[in-house]
Amino acid sequence: MEAILRPDEQLRVKDLVVRFYTYEGIVKAVEKANLNLKKGETLGIVGETGSGKSVTALTILALTPLPGKVEGGSILFKRINGKVDDILKLSEEELVKLRGREISMIFQEPNAALDPLYRVGEQVAEAILSHRLPEMLDRAIESLKEELKNGNGGFSSKLQLWAYNEMKKNPDALKLKLVKKLPIIGKTISRKLNQVVRDEIIGLLRLMEIPDPERVVDSYPHELSGGMQQRIVIAIALACSPLLLLADEPTTSLDVTVQAQILDLITRLKERFGASIIYITHDMGVIAEISDRVAVMYAGNVVEVAPVIELFKKPLHPYTKALLEAIPRPGASFKSIPGTVPNLVNPPSGCRFHPRCPHAMPKCMKEVPELRRITKEHYVACHLYGGEGYGKHSDSD
Amino acid sequence: MGNIVTAINLRKYFPIVGGVFRRKIGDVKAVDGVTFTIKTGETFGLVGESGCGKTTLGKTLIRLLDPTSGKILFDPEGNLPEDPKIGERINNYDISSIKGRKLKSLRRYMQIVYQNPSTSLNPRMLVKDIVAEPLVVQGLAKGKEAEERVLQILERVGLAREHLYRYPHEFSGGQKQRIAIARALITHPKFIVLDEPTSSVDVSVRASLLDLFKELQKKMGLTYLFISHDLSMIEAISDRVAVMYLGKIVEIADPRELFNNPLHPYTQALFSAIPIPDPEVKRERIILGGEPPSPANPPSGCRFHPRCRYAKDICSKQEPALIEVKPGHYVACHLY
Repeated sequence: MEAILRPDEQLRVKDLVVRFYTYEGIVKAVEKANLNLKKGETLGIVGETGSGKSVTALTILALTPLPGKVEGGSILFKRINGKVDDILKLSEEELVKLRGREISMIFQEPNAALDPLYRVGEQVAEAILSHRLPEMLDRAIESLKEELKNGNGGFSSKLQLWAYNEMKKNPDALKLKLVKKLPIIGKTISRKLNQVVRDEIIGLLRLMEIPDPERVVDSYPHELSGGMQQRIVIAIALACSPLLLLADEPTTSLDVTVQAQILDLITRLKERFGASIIYITHDMGVIAEISDRVAVMYAGNVVEVAPVIELFKKPLHPYTKALLEAIPRPGASFKSIPGTVPNLVNPPSGCRFHPRCPHAMPKCMKEVPELRRITKEHYVACHLYGGEGYGKHSDSD
Repeated sequence: MGNIVTAINLRKYFPIVGGVFRRKIGDVKAVDGVTFTIKTGETFGLVGESGCGKTTLGKTLIRLLDPTSGKILFDPEGNLPEDPKIGERINNYDISSIKGRKLKSLRRYMQIVYQNPSTSLNPRMLVKDIVAEPLVVQGLAKGKEAEERVLQILERVGLAREHLYRYPHEFSGGQKQRIAIARALITHPKFIVLDEPTSSVDVSVRASLLDLFKELQKKMGLTYLFISHDLSMIEAISDRVAVMYLGKIVEIADPRELFNNPLHPYTQALFSAIPIPDPEVKRERIILGGEPPSPANPPSGCRFHPRCRYAKDICSKQEPALIEVKPGHYVACHLY
């Protein structure tokens, strides 16, 4: 059963355990989390602050923030070449190839995700040049050959053609490095390539519905509004058409009208690029809007997984029910969830929700409930419901 | 019931300075000619996108910012005349230009709760000192007596004696916000500006804070100006709602009317953008193109006209006035 995914599966997170070693003690941020993601699907992850949703996403990129450590579990991912790898076991070299190319991420704060010292164009170019260099070189060579054929090209075109062919063979060759250091010639060499990349970026920005992309490529992030910045971050994330897009609360810092634009954009781009999306948020409204299936996380556990309509119609876990009732609605009084999110240094025994749960039983304090299958696609981790174990099902099916 | 606050043609401009001599080269028109009244004992919701001037309006109303022009009428008793005529009576209540001791004595009746409690509470002060500070500043109580009153108010907001000698960092976000609320309430104010008080806390905590606001309002006879960009929350908590766009109020109505029958094209677009927590309902979205223009150089006529789908010739020339189209439903649009 090592490293096997079903044909329609893109990603499977299995029994993931992440712990943070802090002065106050060991924070059990993610404890035996199970998730799976089908190809082309949008999986929404909801949960409050500290439920471990962002840590899970970062761990999928093998970027667990310090002082966090992955203590167990596996993250199986179907690579671009069809092979299935455990991300947690990949070498750093392989990970560099994976990040940005096969899995990319959109962060919550666009102005923190962009470097204030570089122009927008340079930041998008970085993603393109590090993963799509051969493709860009081909395009540059093509265009140079065209020029030479038409008799427009002079010495500089020939020089660039030579350099690009060399670059295709070995981008780190010593002679290239030396030539790049030469005055004038060094600059001439990259002229065509820069132009090709710039055209690609402008096309990409246009796809993001950014008005006046020719101006935006040359501006700095602070000259753009939050919504525009987030579009740039999305452009960077999609620059290499990744297989999986991790969106960590991408619209939380934006206004509703801009949020509507961004959600609309993400939905349309998903169809165009055919990527699977993991969308993290705490807003039930956004979840209802964008996801196909939803995973609810609480205090480091995945407590319920279901198709979006079923989750809203028939929530099973008491926490999910409480979360749905906490949405303010006119006329009705607000129902808050009593108590607070537990301190994960010393989480409650058994089911982590039991101190706040209206249906808590003696069993809940002792035994950790497993994620069980209730109906075809509805899983819940709660002692109120019996059923088959999650792991058993997903292996046999 | 009478009115507690009335703003008449209120403006707040922030100067833009530039050049070698730091001369004024323009104005950011954050609040630009706003007229409305808040009734005693109600929750007046104020919604709008970021940068539309909601916070500036809230701060100007309680004189944390000095208005550029216009009048603010405030009566702690909550008995402002329904239709204030220009003249003697209006000046008795006008607080737009009062200063010094007079202003300070009014401060105890108007308070504010900010968005982020971790920045609005001094990290080096004990909770008891933070909450007692307004009492000391106003000279209302000192020492033992102040502590007694702090304890009373803390119990009201759901904290206890054991929290008195702690620092803000020892509390969770929701609890910190409760401390900030206690500080605002200790002088028994009549009018409180709540500036996005729940946007920094989680969903489950948010509901309990909203409950607390409702309860305190009932017990202490408070009037709220509730500023938020979370429309569904505004709908749930307010008695009347005003929608702001680029320094202007474009629509005022009670929330049910406003949500079921929004009249201004901007309000319609704003409400259609709220994600509905029901996956089976797919609403027709009005996606607004572009972004709000800069308040330093707002469009002529109706400020919404460059993004409006119903824009006509008149919209770019003449500014629409806020008119009452139905009882209690005001809108500023040439369509009506």
